[in-house]
Amino acid sequence: MTDNRFFNRSELIGILVLAVFLVVVLPLTLDVFRLNLVAKYLTYAFVALGLVVCWGYGGILSLGQGVFFGLGGYCMAMFLKLEASSVENTKIQSTPGIPDFMDWNQITALPLFWKPFNSLTFTIAAIILVPGIFALIIGTAMFKRRVGGTYFAIITQAVAAILTILIVGQQGYTGGINGMTDLRTLKGWDIRPDHAKVVLYFFEVGCLFVCIMIAQFIRHSKLGRILVAMREKEDRVRFSGYSVANFKIFAFCIAAVFAAIGGAMFALNVGFMSPSFVGIVPSIEMVIYTAVGGRLSILGAVYGTLLVNFAKTSLSETFPELWLFGLGGLFIAVVLAFPNGLAGIWGDYVQPRIDRLISPRKPKPEGWTDSSVADGAPAE
Amino acid sequence: MLVGHQPKEFLLAVEALTVSFDGFKAVNDLSFYVDENEIRVIIGPNGAGKTTVLDLICGKTKATSGSIQFRGKELTRMKENEIVKTGVGRKFQNPSIYDDLTVFENLEISYPRGRSVFGALTFTRDAAVRDRVHEVAEMIFLKDRLNMSADLLSHGQKQWLEIGMLLIQDPDLLMLDEPVAGMSVSERAKTAELLNRIIKNRSVLVIEHDMKFVEDIAHKVTVLHQGQILSEGTMEKVQNDPKVIEVYLGH
Repeated sequence: MTDNRFFNRSELIGILVLAVFLVVVLPLTLDVFRLNLVAKYLTYAFVALGLVVCWGYGGILSLGQGVFFGLGGYCMAMFLKLEASSVENTKIQSTPGIPDFMDWNQITALPLFWKPFNSLTFTIAAIILVPGIFALIIGTAMFKRRVGGTYFAIITQAVAAILTILIVGQQGYTGGINGMTDLRTLKGWDIRPDHAKVVLYFFEVGCLFVCIMIAQFIRHSKLGRILVAMREKEDRVRFSGYSVANFKIFAFCIAAVFAAIGGAMFALNVGFMSPSFVGIVPSIEMVIYTAVGGRLSILGAVYGTLLVNFAKTSLSETFPELWLFGLGGLFIAVVLAFPNGLAGIWGDYVQPRIDRLISPRKPKPEGWTDSSVADGAPAE
Repeated sequence: MLVGHQPKEFLLAVEALTVSFDGFKAVNDLSFYVDENEIRVIIGPNGAGKTTVLDLICGKTKATSGSIQFRGKELTRMKENEIVKTGVGRKFQNPSIYDDLTVFENLEISYPRGRSVFGALTFTRDAAVRDRVHEVAEMIFLKDRLNMSADLLSHGQKQWLEIGMLLIQDPDLLMLDEPVAGMSVSERAKTAELLNRIIKNRSVLVIEHDMKFVEDIAHKVTVLHQGQILSEGTMEKVQNDPKVIEVYLGH
């Protein structure tokens, strides 16, 4: 019996391989600049991970994950911005002690909703709760009324568009189109120098593995199997006595919270936050990372994100105009030819060969199947 | 037999049930009563409203007017999953199982525990669950296929699996929509045997076209025609009813 509630043997190997890759191989082979680039890519891996739970398992396609990425990122950025806007740092402003963009927009006092962000504890709670509660509200409004599929995807796009417009329009409160820049210290600790970047990278990888473990736990719980069941036969699940809406809301909230953690990591690692990570285009890009990695594979999401972003960085440096077409073409190609992405290729072609090399015949434990969800296998 | 309509005495009391789709009354002022431990078969020509009646009872379709009382509880106002919890189980016409999961997992999901979000998250596959799954799997002839992905089962086996999924819920009222449709002769015989075993201690509402099968299992037969009851009673009585012969059995 596989009674381990987090992973089976091949998943454990996959997680260890990823851990070695992220914790040992990359930091040893990359310079700080490149490592910080990886840190930036990995912030999207949180979003992709959430999409695996929500879209891959639950079948709920959200094209607005940028909303939650943004909410988490802005919560973190607000705290950092307040710390960077101390009275001595901002004494040249007409109102010292408030963020610079407020001063430029003739705001003379810190708005009420900014005040709690002086506290790091509140900020950390807000990073989880603000997107979580927002997802709960959207999810309840949609899923209780049985809005699903394409309609739900379109609504999430609309939410992404609305939030972007709101952020850009409310310049005095949000920093507008430029976002929140010039973030400096976290509780007095400078986040800009090289050694801080390295520390933040390892912190981020740690958080990523916590999220991976949560996703693994969900996948191996009965809830994970109900999500898969729901994706196929929603009515059957309903008539087995489950409230389908509640399970969808849960999956959507988990995806939102993961995305928000990613957003907060982005603000820390990259040092700014702007509406260009909230809107429709980044939201769709995040879905592409998941599709390329394999929407049923937890680890595939991480590899997919890294791969697409590496390609984006190197290709957009050489062919800046062609990149978007390349990305679109990639998405179409993956969906048509490899619906399970990199993880699917790995599971179909590479894994069987490795299995045959290691053990000629492996008995399957009872009640467990590979077909329930494609194996989260590493695919580099 | 139906004198003095006192719903409490019946397991299921359907009264003046009407549902209209854009003015078309698929079920029109329908009343019938099912006793404890009774096997009731609903027959009727295509479009008579048979499946709609089951949809109304299990909450898939909302009634326009009328009432459905199950053990004194009004079902028309409840949500689908709440109706299941009061003890009503429903099998669909086409086998409705989870193709991506194994037979074991299909049955396990139907096990009536951990149905809330956090219940499902903390659900453990303990001995009680495993024993029950094995017990049911043996009954539905799928004991040696527990680890098989459900989409590899034959059509008949899928039907059995869905019956097993209902069985594991242990409902007081079991509703089956054409349980032997599309089955081979030998599968049909096995299904009749299976149904005869599982109907003990519960009431069953069956829709079926196969008259031989109906004769084998029915305590009482209700004939529906154009959303209304054409005839009701024992198989013998119904078969000899001239109205029934004219609209249904005649051809």
